[in-house]
Amino acid sequence: MNSLWPITLASLAKDIRLEWRSKDAINSMLFFSLLVVVIFSFSFDPTAEESREIAGGLVWVAFLFSAIVALNQTWARELRNQVLDAYRVSPAPANALFLSKAFGNFILVTLLEAVMAPLFMVFYNLRVLGAAWELIPVGILGTWALVASGTFFAAMSIRTRMREVMLPLILFPLSIPAIQSMVEATRIILSGDGNPRFWIVLLLTYDVVFTTACLALFETVLQAE
Amino acid sequence: MTDTAAIISVKNLIKQFGRFAALRGVSAEFSAGRFYVILGDNGAGKTTLLRALAGLAHPTRGEVSILGKSPHQACCDVGYMAHPSLLYDEMSGMENLKYFARLYGISGDEPCRQAIRSVRLDPALARPVGQYSQGMRQRMSLARAILHDPRILFLDEPFSNVDVHSAQEMVGLLKGMRDAGKTIFVVTHQAALLEGVADEFIWMQTGQIVDRTASFAQPAAGAPQP
Repeated sequence: MNSLWPITLASLAKDIRLEWRSKDAINSMLFFSLLVVVIFSFSFDPTAEESREIAGGLVWVAFLFSAIVALNQTWARELRNQVLDAYRVSPAPANALFLSKAFGNFILVTLLEAVMAPLFMVFYNLRVLGAAWELIPVGILGTWALVASGTFFAAMSIRTRMREVMLPLILFPLSIPAIQSMVEATRIILSGDGNPRFWIVLLLTYDVVFTTACLALFETVLQAE
Repeated sequence: MTDTAAIISVKNLIKQFGRFAALRGVSAEFSAGRFYVILGDNGAGKTTLLRALAGLAHPTRGEVSILGKSPHQACCDVGYMAHPSLLYDEMSGMENLKYFARLYGISGDEPCRQAIRSVRLDPALARPVGQYSQGMRQRMSLARAILHDPRILFLDEPFSNVDVHSAQEMVGLLKGMRDAGKTIFVVTHQAALLEGVADEFIWMQTGQIVDRTASFAQPAAGAPQP
């Protein structure tokens, strides 16, 4: 009997090994994210107060755009040499593949955030006025919101022509509730103006709903021709 | 030893891609322990038939039964090798096989080493598959297909872009597997390689099986469907 978690871990280890050898996604993500930070910092000249108001939006938009690079790369690997067919003919559960890809993207985007967050603080002269620790659940839940739905929609768009364009077209509108929650929660924590709990709960709800829906539907997406 | 009972049965199989019908009502039965070669021009439906048997193409109508089960349920009894390698170019052969072994619940390195040795490659080869020659890649792909010791093998163009010597070596390997009791289906344009080895040649034309012959002899035009 093939259980979910051993195969999820084996697929995750394989993806990390492939990324470590090629560094396709992480290099592009870091470079893209860095460009966004630098361009925005030259385009605007905000005061410290204005920075706290807009940084939440800037930082999450930069991470969202960068995550698209990883999300597209995730499935492109499975299409080369039609390796995905080898998975489809095996008895391995479809959700193990989905979870391994989502965890892999989560690790990549979290690494990116860990590198880019201090740079954001420096470029925008930011100082957290609220409870800084609250940025951790916002970061974790926000990142999962991006990668869980992103991994699913990237899988849906792999067989379409112009899949690099299709993914943002499908993902961005559906991510609006999550993005708004991340941006608002981050803004409140940075400015110390109010309580971010409502937005964190909304983000958690989004994560639970989308993860459940993705797990329920992924087998259909995987077996689609 | 050959078991003559049908282990694969296909009934009125129709597969459409939009308005194009790749398979037009294919019905056939296949026995265990035999070596089948599927032949036909480009677009005759050979690959689509093989993919439908492997469970990768869902029939628009009709049904496929493998050992009395659906292709998806019978996946542990089936090995599939496609024209592309179905391997990760950045990993070595052994790393690839260890990953695919986990998908079938096989643990330990020995079954992977054994599969690699059985296609006459070296399990210690550390080079990534992307740097293999085409012949080596095809053999490693065959090793992946036989890793879980399936009873039935579906092989799509296993000899394409392979030199004559490597192709003959692969034919020898497949003959050995058939002699060991496996049922083998090969889609190929190089059927002459399999003359004297295959048990039956299945001829396809415009999405239908038009003839089944014991030797590699082109059927007469307009031959009736069996």
